[in-house]
Amino acid sequence: MSQHIKIRKGVNIKLKGTAEKVNVDATFPDSFAIKPSDFHGVIPKLLVKQGDEVKAGTPLFYDKLNEHVKFTSPISGEVAEIVRGDKRKILAVKILPDKEIRHEQFKKADPKDLSREEILKQLLDSGCWPMITQRPFAVIANPQDKPKSIFISAFDSSPLAPDRDFIVHGRGATFQKGLDAIAKLTDGTVHLNVHTQLNASDVYTKAQGVQLNKISGPHPSGNVGIQIHHIDPMGKGDIVWCLDPQGVLAIGRLFEEGVFDASRVVALTGSEVKKPRYYKTFFGAAIEKMLADNVNEGDLRYISGNPLTGTRISRDSYVGFYDEQLTVLPEGNQPQFLGWIAPGFDKFSLSRTFFSWLTPNKKYSLNTNMNGEERAYVMTGQYEKVFPMDIYPVHLVKSIMIGDIELMENLGIYEVAPEDFALCEYGCTSKINVQSIVREGLDLVKKETT
Amino acid sequence: MKLFRNLLDSVKPNFEEGGKLEKFFPAFDAFETFLFVPGHSAHEGAHIRDGIDLKRTMITVVLAMVPCLLFGIWNTGHQHFLSIGEFMGLGEGFMDKFLFGSMRVLPIVIISYVAGLTVEFIFAIIRKESVNEGFLVSGMLIPLVMPAEVPLWMVAVATVFAVLIGKEVFGGTGMNILNPALTARAFLFFAYPTMMSGNKVWISTTAETTPVDAFTGETLLAQAINTPSGFTDAAGQSYGGASGDMMASFIGYIPGSVGETSALACLIGAAILLYTGIGSWRIMLSMLLGGLSMAWLFNLWGANPFMQVDPIQQIIMGGFMFGMVFMATDPVSASQTNTGKWIYGFFAGFLGIMIRVFNPAYPEGIMMAILFMNVMAPLIDHYVVQANVNKRLKRVSVAS
Repeated sequence: MSQHIKIRKGVNIKLKGTAEKVNVDATFPDSFAIKPSDFHGVIPKLLVKQGDEVKAGTPLFYDKLNEHVKFTSPISGEVAEIVRGDKRKILAVKILPDKEIRHEQFKKADPKDLSREEILKQLLDSGCWPMITQRPFAVIANPQDKPKSIFISAFDSSPLAPDRDFIVHGRGATFQKGLDAIAKLTDGTVHLNVHTQLNASDVYTKAQGVQLNKISGPHPSGNVGIQIHHIDPMGKGDIVWCLDPQGVLAIGRLFEEGVFDASRVVALTGSEVKKPRYYKTFFGAAIEKMLADNVNEGDLRYISGNPLTGTRISRDSYVGFYDEQLTVLPEGNQPQFLGWIAPGFDKFSLSRTFFSWLTPNKKYSLNTNMNGEERAYVMTGQYEKVFPMDIYPVHLVKSIMIGDIELMENLGIYEVAPEDFALCEYGCTSKINVQSIVREGLDLVKKETT
Repeated sequence: MKLFRNLLDSVKPNFEEGGKLEKFFPAFDAFETFLFVPGHSAHEGAHIRDGIDLKRTMITVVLAMVPCLLFGIWNTGHQHFLSIGEFMGLGEGFMDKFLFGSMRVLPIVIISYVAGLTVEFIFAIIRKESVNEGFLVSGMLIPLVMPAEVPLWMVAVATVFAVLIGKEVFGGTGMNILNPALTARAFLFFAYPTMMSGNKVWISTTAETTPVDAFTGETLLAQAINTPSGFTDAAGQSYGGASGDMMASFIGYIPGSVGETSALACLIGAAILLYTGIGSWRIMLSMLLGGLSMAWLFNLWGANPFMQVDPIQQIIMGGFMFGMVFMATDPVSASQTNTGKWIYGFFAGFLGIMIRVFNPAYPEGIMMAILFMNVMAPLIDHYVVQANVNKRLKRVSVAS
């Protein structure tokens, strides 16, 4: 039974630099790296050492807390370096790629003929597993759990987000294979959610064995957390798994070809990119070659992901495991003379205190300036305007600040992820870093309850 | 701009760690960030941030109060000249009235800011925190709710009391329970009642001038105890029947505290606050409804002249509109949940009119009502949030 959900709260931040719908084959990168920091809460235990030969799909490390969960190499080649930081913390496993990609061979089979255990094992062994995340806590799913349902958001509503219809275009068969495998993981429903105003691709609308839900409304309507809240709300103890369409494609390839396919379409976006377009590359691939001659001069911020939830990276960094977007924005580290009193035609605000309300359809080139300093909470009702859940966001954030776990549970911490608070953080008058507070709260509750 | 930057940069080392004036860094910081929005970029979380900050918010509220301030200045002059029988017409002697009003009102504004900011800076230095912008608004609100005749030292004492006891003891801006500006007014009201009520304080008279024969310094609220309409102005002349009363109190050429007499100026302020999204429309609307319904109920009862006052007249005279637009909407002391805001606003209006009518000793019931609802706001929020929690708990038991 399909559901139609109308999201009314939220906002689409209109930025310059949306990727043009052109697929470009990225120049083959000369370096790869997997960063354990992409996987929140994972304590990596290495399985390779410098100089080892690896194939695409060879395990590089596993999670000390859950040793079934392996992280495999996206490419074949030689382990060039294990980059370590303070206390020998593993920052990255660098791989020097071969010219030709050699794959570890996994079982080629129609997932419909396989049991849940066989599918689970293949996903874990190949390294596809980390693509499945879970709510609560927004971490990698635990293979021992049985989720009550699985959610796939077929659109990303965040600023400058890549078009997931364009990404999956023409890959319906692979996508269906992936869905078949995923459907076996739950006794409940697999929800595939499309947006009403975007022309959902055939790949989604013709998908079998899923419940196709239609969502309308502004960002954060594309966040799975919001979709779960409205379609199949979770209580304490419930577990829902989530993944994105490119994850489904990778799983589809795993059963279609028997290989771990790390290839991925990445949108290069942002006001400082000369030609924002879609690139066919891999996760873990060095981004340098994509950026060469394609970004403006000046002090720039490179973000793996979108401007609201992405990770700050340096120019010599790599495509993140979960990211299908790279954003380049101008740094905002210049003081602005009487900036708080200026008319502000170039400042986008959720309030109408800047004269930019005169131009509602203008696209902005925002920089990374905080536009103010951190203060105690003064304004109220701001978060509620962009937080489409039946949860009191400020009260939840305050309960986290005081570390009261029971209060957090009561106020709905199991239903939220940091990304759901990204717009609250954007619009916060008091400049409070809400996402990291929510992450702290989730970590605390996870530690105390599991 | 370069000049300011260079100046700041040249003195900055003194205030930084290890500098001679290290202790006074919060004070320096306040001036620096006043001139320049700092070049801090987002380190964690969202990489782009809304243009708004607390300074922008507060300056928007101050701008919304400017119509009240300007009208208040003119009206202070107007009431004065009315009382001595000069420039009786509304349009006459505009400059004289404005100048006279400025001489009365601006010192109050200056004293309020100086006294309040001094306390704020001292606390910021003791606490080693940045100076909070909250007082930008309180400092303007306080003069607007004072009678024009109030002695300046009283303004200073009340402001210091409000900032200290109303705000800083709770932890500063954002932590206070009561609205600081109303705390200042309530303090004077109870400490120096003769200077905050009666018929001597609302109109600025000077020793050199003699009032006209029929002079009365009463506000409409005081007159309403004896008659539901047909109020007279300071020169003892009738505003001209019900519609004349209505017009006088809507435009605001009536005696009262400096900035609250004009419903029109308050409405302009409300429009600014609502359009920019700074003020809560829920609180304003529900308070208006609360006030109207109480006044209407009194109309049905009609036991004394004050109860017979037309509901619209009740709303536009006295401090109701000013309280509704600028006081009740203070986000820190009001309810924080959207449902709570409806309840909070409604009862602020409802009780405001009730106190005003039932107890002529407190003709300005709005102040008491808002302060009372300030105290109640956390309780309202508690029950609203608890209802949400219970709903969630119910879902768990259904699921399992």
